[in-house]
Amino acid sequence: MDNIVFLILRRMRRPLITLTLVYSISVLGLVLIPGQDADGNLWHMDFFHAFYFVSYMSTTIGFGEIPYAFTDAQRLWVTLSMYAGVIAWLYAFGTILTLLQDKTFQQARAESKLARKIRNLTEPFYLICGYGETGSVLVRGLTDCCQHVVVIEIDEQRSHLVRLESLRDYVPVLHGDAEKPLHLQEAGLEHPLCRAVVAVTNSNEVNLKIAITSKLLHPDITVICRSDSHDVEKNMASFGTDYIFDPYDTFATYLDTALRVPCLYLLQTWLISGNEEQELDEPVYPPKEGHWIVCGYGEFGKAVYERLKNEGIEVKVIEADPEKMGAPEEGVIEGRGTEADTLLEANIEQASGLIAGTNNDANNLSIVVTARDLNPELFTIVRQNHSENSAIIDAADADMVMQPSKIIADKIRVLLGTPMLYQFISRAYNEQNDWACELISRISALVGEHVPRLEEITIDQNYAQAIVNTINRDETVLLGDLLRDPWHRDNELNCIVLMLERQDEHILLPSPETEIKKDDRLLVCTGRQGFTRLHWNLQHDDNLSYVRTGQVVKRGWLWRKFSKKMKS
Amino acid sequence: MNPEKVVFGFFIVLSLTLNFGFFVGELDNPDHHHVYELFAVLVVNLIATILKFGDRSQMGAVLLATSLAAILQLIAATLVWTIAVHVSGAGLTPVVMASIVSLSGGAMLANVISVILLIIETVMLRR
Repeated sequence: MDNIVFLILRRMRRPLITLTLVYSISVLGLVLIPGQDADGNLWHMDFFHAFYFVSYMSTTIGFGEIPYAFTDAQRLWVTLSMYAGVIAWLYAFGTILTLLQDKTFQQARAESKLARKIRNLTEPFYLICGYGETGSVLVRGLTDCCQHVVVIEIDEQRSHLVRLESLRDYVPVLHGDAEKPLHLQEAGLEHPLCRAVVAVTNSNEVNLKIAITSKLLHPDITVICRSDSHDVEKNMASFGTDYIFDPYDTFATYLDTALRVPCLYLLQTWLISGNEEQELDEPVYPPKEGHWIVCGYGEFGKAVYERLKNEGIEVKVIEADPEKMGAPEEGVIEGRGTEADTLLEANIEQASGLIAGTNNDANNLSIVVTARDLNPELFTIVRQNHSENSAIIDAADADMVMQPSKIIADKIRVLLGTPMLYQFISRAYNEQNDWACELISRISALVGEHVPRLEEITIDQNYAQAIVNTINRDETVLLGDLLRDPWHRDNELNCIVLMLERQDEHILLPSPETEIKKDDRLLVCTGRQGFTRLHWNLQHDDNLSYVRTGQVVKRGWLWRKFSKKMKS
Repeated sequence: MNPEKVVFGFFIVLSLTLNFGFFVGELDNPDHHHVYELFAVLVVNLIATILKFGDRSQMGAVLLATSLAAILQLIAATLVWTIAVHVSGAGLTPVVMASIVSLSGGAMLANVISVILLIIETVMLRR
């Protein structure tokens, strides 16, 4: 704001001084030049009348000559003053108008307006740096689950895209370089309600700089970074970055999970998909027998190579530039993998899996198509670098698609939007495959064809008034009671409680006999329309007492009298 | 030599000298205080104020503040003059003249502070 005031004042100096000079000379001239009154006596205009006359003369021209008709000398002077005054005013207005249209001025104004809006935010928000592929998916995901976000984007064109997205919530977008601390501060880094900073720009260096700035300026804040280089990750971790997400490592972990505990992998993809309209994914079973071929030995290739190796699977690596990218101990087949020769050299006919993991989408597609021709039974994984290629990648119909921006966006969305789900998934990794398979069959019975809906419920006065009231009367509420249909208590609601969080304790799939306490948090999963009846149980005393005891409480005075009569 | 400083220094000093010229004389005697002088003080002071617009330095801000104080006093003085002569028709009685001159005296004090600040700034630069 200060900038603007100074900018205007500074630019207005010259026109204002011109105006002052023109006015004072005109006034002085009118006062000095002798005039005549109505009777022809010598008369001098005083300063008051001179100023009055000049004021209306140079702005409007035309109130007549007051208080007496002018002499010719006065008229000559007024003629000159008129032109000087009009020109001075035009000059002043011209300067103001130019200033208003000035690019720097407009930007300064937009920036200060936005900074003021962000300062006045009254609800917790997340600061997202970078509105690229990851950023845009993340912003949509977070606003959809009723979170507030502020975006910084360096590219002006892309920063305008946010306006076209028709998001659920107003998202302030600061067009600026997130690498500069000033821009982070303007975007609300030091705001007490800023919960987390998410650095998802396409440069590791910038993400690193954002992490350092955030940790120094607002040490309590959660910092989440995307990075695809192990060096940068170590550096980020060294000063306490809370979460560092590497798309390649993350996908390698997913692949590992799919290999070892396929049900858990399926469960995870169902739960984190977030989009309610999406249909349930089919389970994938990556083969463990036979050897795999990895095309491209970059960060991604290295990550999956490690995991496959750990599973005891034989891996053949194809890399176009082994000198630069390095090679695994078994050696490397030189080539791009897009031509049949290289693939045959890697013994494609006997291979069971293929990972097309170069950083070029066209090459990856070509690899998959060529490989399928040679071996139709192949399990294929394709890396999709740009989201605009979705149509052709989908058409290629690979078994798994690895899309770095989506992997990161989903992971951060789950972490920020539904933190309990994040806890649930990281704890579920300790469970066995059977456990996950059973849960999957329960969920699929619940939801039908679409992905399940999830909700976090806190047992407090706002979200579960009835339960809090019941507990305050020293009565107990069991989880099983809560999940009964408030219209027919013998029926169960279509809900599964995935996790119960009590202080620092997390209970996965709590049993129906679990007693609910105040300030418990529940992660509930349901199909469409499953929550409506659950909310009746949470909020309405009568419903809750019916599902607990089977007794319908008589509320009205007349009704109570009536039922007493009936009993006696 | 910074021409901006020369111009500004000139106007600040000129506004003080003119102000002093208007102020000296018997406090309530209209013959000792001419209206042309008041006009000149007002114009020069206005220009000195505008010259400090948009100066982001600490000294610039303080100088703007003192100039604004002076302008305020001078405008009050001219208003009193105008009202006494043209609106109420009381004319320049000793009471009115005294209040006009004392208002301009206040403006002069502000101008003195401006000049002192200017001197301080100059001395600091020399070091």
